[in-house]
Amino acid sequence: MTVPADAPPRRRRPGQRVPVALAVPAALGLLFLVLPLIGLLARTPWDSLPQRLTAPGVLTALRLSVQSATLATLLCLALGVPLAWLLARAQFPGRRIVRALVTVPLVLPPVVGGLALLLVFGRRGLLGQWLDTTFGVTLPFTTTGVVLAEAFVAMPFLVIAVEGALRGADSRYEEAATTLGAGRWTTFTQVTLPLIAPGVAAGAVLCWARALGEFGATITFAGNYPGRTQTMPLAVYLALETDLEAAIVLSLILLTVSVAILAGLRDRWIGHP
Amino acid sequence: MRIRRALAALCGSALLAVAGCAPADEPAGRDGVAGTVTVFAAASLTESFRTLGREFEAAHPDATVTFNHAGSSALAAQITQGAPADVFASASPVNMTTVADAGAVAGTPYVIARNQPVIAVPKGNPGRVAGLADLARPGVKVALCAEQVPCGTAARTALATAGVTLTPVTLEQDVKGALAKVRLGEVDAALVYRTDVRPAAADVDAVEFPEAAVAVNDYPIAVLTDAPNPVAARAFVELVRSDRGRAVLAAAGFQQSGRG
Repeated sequence: MTVPADAPPRRRRPGQRVPVALAVPAALGLLFLVLPLIGLLARTPWDSLPQRLTAPGVLTALRLSVQSATLATLLCLALGVPLAWLLARAQFPGRRIVRALVTVPLVLPPVVGGLALLLVFGRRGLLGQWLDTTFGVTLPFTTTGVVLAEAFVAMPFLVIAVEGALRGADSRYEEAATTLGAGRWTTFTQVTLPLIAPGVAAGAVLCWARALGEFGATITFAGNYPGRTQTMPLAVYLALETDLEAAIVLSLILLTVSVAILAGLRDRWIGHP
Repeated sequence: MRIRRALAALCGSALLAVAGCAPADEPAGRDGVAGTVTVFAAASLTESFRTLGREFEAAHPDATVTFNHAGSSALAAQITQGAPADVFASASPVNMTTVADAGAVAGTPYVIARNQPVIAVPKGNPGRVAGLADLARPGVKVALCAEQVPCGTAARTALATAGVTLTPVTLEQDVKGALAKVRLGEVDAALVYRTDVRPAAADVDAVEFPEAAVAVNDYPIAVLTDAPNPVAARAFVELVRSDRGRAVLAAAGFQQSGRG
């Protein structure tokens, strides 16, 4: 292969055509993800949609879902970003084990996660017993319980995304800041965080989406009571018991709201370089 | 289910010592009962149907029973959406009617058992619950089933009859969920069925109450129209309706239904 010495090196990919070996599985993958959504749309009772949207309880569950997912994401940001920093930047024995432990909620069936939370924060749990006798605080069956259950399940998504961003970030900026006399905390807030902001945003979005769809840990740890702990996924599940169409409508509302919020945020946060 | 294979192995070794464990000279599945029977059954039937399934497989070495246990309404939804089930056993006639209305039931459903609501309390009864009225006492945490599932309907009927209004801390998706909260001591009481308390007797006590009589639930069973294995399905239903089936259900705490 010869390149004319005076021409700038061409970076253009050979042709604009996607290889068939990639295009076919990619299309199948997309179809696999989208078809169930089409199935939902096909069975949506469009005529009765307005009445169903305004049915009692729907807005309450939606508001509770968005609020608790947002609070859970804030909790995950407050705890998860430092944890990710520790995993990516600090040297300490047993780091690999800690990293494996962080992913436990990913592999644990959410119902088991909820049970585990009950065994710790429940009225007779390891910490819950003490919380109850000392402060009179019980977490199960409360909105706080919903937030905790969602944060437990969603935090690994944030930690993994942020840790990846930290590993990808050029640590020479941080070294330069240190050389110029900045302390570790100043370096973290003034250099590291802005550097990994897109990664944090992406992690937060994943985390929020996972929290919004959380079902198993929530119903096990926080129970199901309208207005207090009944989030949209719980409402969908119970609607499914008696009324398939109501369940479909509830799922569509949840999907629409989450896609709208995510798309809106994407433009604001991740969109600009 | 691996039980059948294990049983066959057991018989194989037993045959060396005593000829005549399984009817080895009989062509297997002579009565045509072979293959897999898929039984969709209410969560409360889990323990008794497991016993009956094992006996069915022992009696029909070529047949395997697979169970799908869940809330009856979820099962009804799965069946009307075309899930490949042979038999449906529901914890409430309502869900059987849903399935029958969709044209999925072959013949008439039989009532195999009746189940009575009880108040499940953690061992030692820390909330000192003696009847339905105690559930409305302040400070007593109660779990009920959601009204969409049969145990929730039964609870509402019983509470309405007793004239008791209460605010539960949770409306569980099925009876096992409500029971789990009692087992863990997270609630002081839950309205469940008598049969649910039996297998949990180590952690849970049952408090019976007079108003339960109005909320007794019938359990219908039926072979389904689109059953992939109708012969074996009918044989399984026969076993459940037989004296042996009744005995197993009674041992699990179910009450006898009228003959039929």
